[in-house]
Amino acid sequence: MKIAVCIKRVPDMEMRFSIGADRKSLDQGGLKYEMGDFDSYALEIALRLVEAEKSGEVVVLSLGPDSVQEMLRKGLAMGAARAVQLKVDDIPFDGMAIASALAAELKDGGYDLILFGRMATDTANGTVGPMTAELLDLPCVTSISHLEIASGRGTARRELEVAAETVEFPLPAVLTIDEGIARARLASLKGIVAAKKKPLEVKPAQLGQARLSVESLALPADRPPGRIIGEGADAVPELLRLLQTEAKVL
Amino acid sequence: MASMLAFAESLGGELRKVAFEAVTAARKAADASAGQVHTLLIGAPGIGARAAELGRYGADVAHVVEHPALERYSPEVFAATAAAIIRQGGYSAVFFAASAQGRDLAPRVAAKLGTSLASDVTEFEVKADGVVARHPAYTGKIIVTVRLTGTPALLSLRPGVVTPVEAHRTVQVQTVAPAMDPTAARVVVTALSQGGGAKLDLGEAPVIVSGGRGLRAAENFKLVEDLAAAIGNAAVGATRAVTDDGWRPSTDQIGQTGRLVSPDLYIAVGISGAIQHLAGMRTAKIIVAINRDKDAPIFKIADYGIVGDLFEIVPRLTAEIRKVRGTQ
Repeated sequence: MKIAVCIKRVPDMEMRFSIGADRKSLDQGGLKYEMGDFDSYALEIALRLVEAEKSGEVVVLSLGPDSVQEMLRKGLAMGAARAVQLKVDDIPFDGMAIASALAAELKDGGYDLILFGRMATDTANGTVGPMTAELLDLPCVTSISHLEIASGRGTARRELEVAAETVEFPLPAVLTIDEGIARARLASLKGIVAAKKKPLEVKPAQLGQARLSVESLALPADRPPGRIIGEGADAVPELLRLLQTEAKVL
Repeated sequence: MASMLAFAESLGGELRKVAFEAVTAARKAADASAGQVHTLLIGAPGIGARAAELGRYGADVAHVVEHPALERYSPEVFAATAAAIIRQGGYSAVFFAASAQGRDLAPRVAAKLGTSLASDVTEFEVKADGVVARHPAYTGKIIVTVRLTGTPALLSLRPGVVTPVEAHRTVQVQTVAPAMDPTAARVVVTALSQGGGAKLDLGEAPVIVSGGRGLRAAENFKLVEDLAAAIGNAAVGATRAVTDDGWRPSTDQIGQTGRLVSPDLYIAVGISGAIQHLAGMRTAKIIVAINRDKDAPIFKIADYGIVGDLFEIVPRLTAEIRKVRGTQ
């Protein structure tokens, strides 16, 4: 089985963010970057599928500036056979612009599966996977938490709000991966050494036209500062009074 | 005059609250230029009977697609049909819910139309030169304002941020055929397993009582459930730590990687307030926190905090609310 996994380099979300002088981008000072969580689960499930079949290959792709190469090497160290960087100076916010570039690259790749994380943890849009599937006219299941592949067909589970769907689809297909499916492995020392010799191809990204652009970034409006109204069960009547008369939510 | 389209999400033949939220958003946008609100309702035969409910929230026209194979969501048929309706309608903007279904459907429709989509929108404004929308990103730590210049502009709205407002219209029903043969879909939902039966969905509940590690054991969630039952219109949520440990199903998780909720009242029980969790609930209107650690981060955003032993505080709160509300 030949599987492409599209991965994004995102900042560590535990960091404190501040906004750059242009008001449209983050201040990069002190930011640490890593592979998106959901993307790492997608890579893990791809590696497991190929390992179980004992044939095929996993290809990792990332759209971005040269700084994505370190993350692509990590993907190779985890076990991907080769990597592709679709080079752009700045990653657009418009999912369609990105999906167009990915679709152009993936179109004639002969992939049985194309995997994405269910969303990038930074921009939190979750649009590139299904958009790419539409542009390639491939079956697509999003946000899956369980996957089985047998004789050219797949069965996946999708968690909804109050229910879960079981979904069947033929290959080739595009899937976006939720958590719960597999924890990503750590790269072994042997893998890290081997990764240095694996191919990492750099190509210009053929971005689509962006019809959505970032106007500005802002910090969220502060909630009013927290207020501790009392200690222990004796504070319960006061809480009830505030909820009824001040907040008027009960 | 600019017309809008709202996608009316349904489940099991009933409209979901997010459908009325989308219609209310579309009504607000259309009223700015005396435009019309169209809605799209897809389901099994009989779903068209729900159209009048859309009229109650301001829909002028309901495009109704009925087919026996569309009882459950079918991504390919829904996307193809929505794209066809939108192409004919000449809408300025199209509103979806950023629900599990809407998050799946909206990007497909955008790609079919070659237009763009603003996802998980918490505020928007339709202007003459495009739509401006706000979207919380970076685990809610940054609010991104985007401008959509494609026509139509597609938006998916975070559930709960729009309050449905009644604006009675007599809705005109237009029956439409699906844009592709529903039995020819490649992706097929073969089963739908209901989670906890008829329980209130986290995205629709006006009150959420949520529990964390401070509860110490799965069985102690009974305290949280009892409080929710006493309040009445409340759903039960949980932190990621708790769902990871299997105390609660993963669908109950509130946080960046789980549900993003905006209830009127959020009661955090034994929750310290990790960034991951706060990203999912910081837009709640009122937050109550009950925790033994006075330095827990949850108290920094809680409108009303009580420091102390939740095993004493929560049963007392449940008892007091039962007295007031006459509930069990």
